[in-house]
Amino acid sequence: MLLLAVVVFNFILLSLVPGDIADTLAGESGGASQEVMDDIRRTYGLDRPFHIQLATYVGKVVQGDLGTSYYFNMPVTELILGRVAPTLLLVVTALVLAILIGTLFGVIASRRPNGLFSHFVTVLALVGFAAPVFWTAFLLIVLFVAMLEIMPLSGLVDPTTPRGTLTWYLDVLHHLFLPVLSLSSIYLASYSRLARASMMDVLGSDYIRTARAKGLGETSVTYKHALRNAVIPVITIAGLQFSHIFSGAVVVETVFTWPGLGTLAFESILRGDTPTIMGILFFSAMIVIVVNLLTDLTYRLVDPRIRSARNA
Amino acid sequence: MDAAAPLLEVEDLEVEFRTRQGTARVLDGVALSLQPGRTLGIVGESGCGKSMTALSIMRLVPVPPGRIGAGAVRLKGEDLLQASEKRMREVRGKDISMIFQEPMTSLNPVYSIGDQIAETVRLHEGLSRRDSLDRAIEMLKAVHIPAAERRVREFPHQMSGGMRQRVMIAMALACRPSVLIADEPTTALDVTVQAQVFDLLKELQEKTGTAIILISHDMGAIAEMADRVMVMYAGRIVEEAATDEILESPKHPYTRGLIACVPHMEEEPPPERGALTEIPGVVPALTDLGSGCSFAPRCDHATDLCRSRAPGPFAVGADHRAACWLYDEAGAA
Repeated sequence: MLLLAVVVFNFILLSLVPGDIADTLAGESGGASQEVMDDIRRTYGLDRPFHIQLATYVGKVVQGDLGTSYYFNMPVTELILGRVAPTLLLVVTALVLAILIGTLFGVIASRRPNGLFSHFVTVLALVGFAAPVFWTAFLLIVLFVAMLEIMPLSGLVDPTTPRGTLTWYLDVLHHLFLPVLSLSSIYLASYSRLARASMMDVLGSDYIRTARAKGLGETSVTYKHALRNAVIPVITIAGLQFSHIFSGAVVVETVFTWPGLGTLAFESILRGDTPTIMGILFFSAMIVIVVNLLTDLTYRLVDPRIRSARNA
Repeated sequence: MDAAAPLLEVEDLEVEFRTRQGTARVLDGVALSLQPGRTLGIVGESGCGKSMTALSIMRLVPVPPGRIGAGAVRLKGEDLLQASEKRMREVRGKDISMIFQEPMTSLNPVYSIGDQIAETVRLHEGLSRRDSLDRAIEMLKAVHIPAAERRVREFPHQMSGGMRQRVMIAMALACRPSVLIADEPTTALDVTVQAQVFDLLKELQEKTGTAIILISHDMGAIAEMADRVMVMYAGRIVEEAATDEILESPKHPYTRGLIACVPHMEEEPPPERGALTEIPGVVPALTDLGSGCSFAPRCDHATDLCRSRAPGPFAVGADHRAACWLYDEAGAA
């Protein structure tokens, strides 16, 4: 139901955008007569009334057909499925790293709230929040590619490497490094800040005093009793931010010409390739819904209060 | 009174906290001694140093801003203030346990109560997972939690305040400690539940011989439970005696005030007792205690001497001491 609303909404929004595939094709081929453009519009059904177009599109989506890309002239579903793996690889790696390292930073910082490391985390968070991701990406390129010359500039993998071999996987990882670093930097900052605040809150609570009064050491107190409570807000934010990180991925993928959904989305918007854009939006919406579901499941694992609230 | 060597002995304990307003001396010359199987009550208003005394014995005072300046805490002769942190972790939960005022928040919400009790046992006695869970069930039975086998798997949010305090008691006593410090254990509970918790503590004390330090602001609770009472005010002990003695003939004006504050339920109250009584004024800020008696600003009997010099404890009866110039037999007043 929610997905259907997303589909309809996307369709309406994109119809409001001036220009269509006929304009793009005409532009690319250096001009076309009115008859040719009308012909193109007829081929793609753009001459029909708006509500018929909408109904046709929704009807197709329900059957799992996202239409045909104007530009690539192939089914959008196929197009997206070919691009989704690199994006998920990028986004999930970046998010997981940001959460793990961010939480760890936050935990270490919280143990000495006025220590050097804690100040470092605060500064890191400020820089991370303030720096636009494309700027970070370019700085990283300057450092690692231009100056140190140890990282590839762009792409998913060196095209000469035989696919499927161990070298191929390692090469993908090598190419993955910079995009992941740029993308996770922003989120690393916010997670370390969040984890620090959350940990400090939890460390001041009564059950931490109880844990200490039992004779537990600081490591047990921090990582067993405090952390499990402190990650609850981190999970919440991670779930909410997953959709956010997608938009970050568009920028990072474009900078590094990473052959994922982000690059495809960016290029399709420039080309006015409406079915592809709608397909990507539909796909992102689906992923966000799935991630929200996963977030809820994670909650149940971590927090028994939620488990029993649902069972009751 | 008892000739036997005390189980726990605190001598001349001084604790300071550094704050923006200056250094606050939260404990000043606190001394106590506890015999095995006995109950010592510590009474006083909020902020008088009751809880800080308990945390100092456990060495759980947050450092910084806190600092244990001087004194000794001897458990069976061993000075805990000189012990290593590692040794202290062995003592906490095994030799000295503590239960707190807030049963609602003192248990970790994400672990089952069985896990939390078993954790202490595993830590101190090195039992296996299964054996420690068996001990947890046994302890839940000891604190009269019905259906212990089932409830051991439950989480704190599934239990009421009274039940959670029972769980805390079960956890504290799981390793059979020689001292149990109960810091306002019933303050957050309903009156009917309070009585149950006190009965339970007494029953368990009889069974196990654990000595109890009961911290409370409630004279009634102390009268019910304690063999001996220490009254604290602004970080100092102002009066100390056996419970009956202090209730019958309180000496320090502050103690008298505290006892007068307890409302009585009588059909025909004696005419000299008016409405509810209170001690006028508030506890002074610990950062600007003058050189005099810290109770002087609120005391009806205060003299110039009270305002300039702090009174030492004077013997006012058999094993009864009060820190008040009224009882200076040398007649310094």
